[in-house]
Amino acid sequence: MTRKLTIPCSKSKLADIRTFVNDILMENHMPELESHKIVLAIDEVCANLIIHSNNCDPGERLELLVDFRKGDQVSFVIRDRGVSFDLSRYQEPSMDEIIASKRKGGLGLMLVKRIMDKIEFTTENNYNICRLIKKL
Amino acid sequence: MMIDIKEAQLDGAYKLIVAGEVDASSSIHLDNALSKALGEYKRILIDLSDLEYISSAGLGVFISYIDEIRAQGIELVLFGLKEKVQQVFQILGIHDLLTIEETEADALKHLNDA
Repeated sequence: MTRKLTIPCSKSKLADIRTFVNDILMENHMPELESHKIVLAIDEVCANLIIHSNNCDPGERLELLVDFRKGDQVSFVIRDRGVSFDLSRYQEPSMDEIIASKRKGGLGLMLVKRIMDKIEFTTENNYNICRLIKKL
Repeated sequence: MMIDIKEAQLDGAYKLIVAGEVDASSSIHLDNALSKALGEYKRILIDLSDLEYISSAGLGVFISYIDEIRAQGIELVLFGLKEKVQQVFQILGIHDLLTIEETEADALKHLNDA
């Protein structure tokens, strides 16, 4: 069964996203440490979309769909209408570069890539769609 | 309140107690508190015993001060991390870039031995 949450593009709504995802994973008896990592990955992607794609505009919406298939995988679809993200052009910075630059961003997608089994960004009918899969 | 930051002056060290959840919306509070502490103290403990969540925004705050901590010879020790929080530091190897101890006693010992 697919569950859906729609939120305005505001950073203050990230906590709602975490609660929504955590509840679904808990209902499906996922161990806490594993669940915590998946919640983190979704929080990171949503934070990036809210901040970079939608400029924290609460008039914009972000939709999150979660499909938990026991014994198989949990998949996430995140849809928004902001500026699209081109994963193919993303070059992961090294930790030394991040330390030297003193910038506070740049770590989110690194975490997501290490946690999830598949990440895909597409644009369909004016919607940006991010699909994430974690195998169980 | 999602993030709660308290401070304490110990014998020979300054302690920041960071509780709750640090994410992209609340990391600014950690940034402000850490920035202030680093400007005023050379021996700093960060108590994360009641930290339930940290995202890359929070990790980024610590990373952004690593150069300053090294350059100014500041001793900064984190302690009390829950396993779920510790694993977030470990995913990117950040636990190797910072000093992390289990308990406050261990953290103080580290400061005193430094």
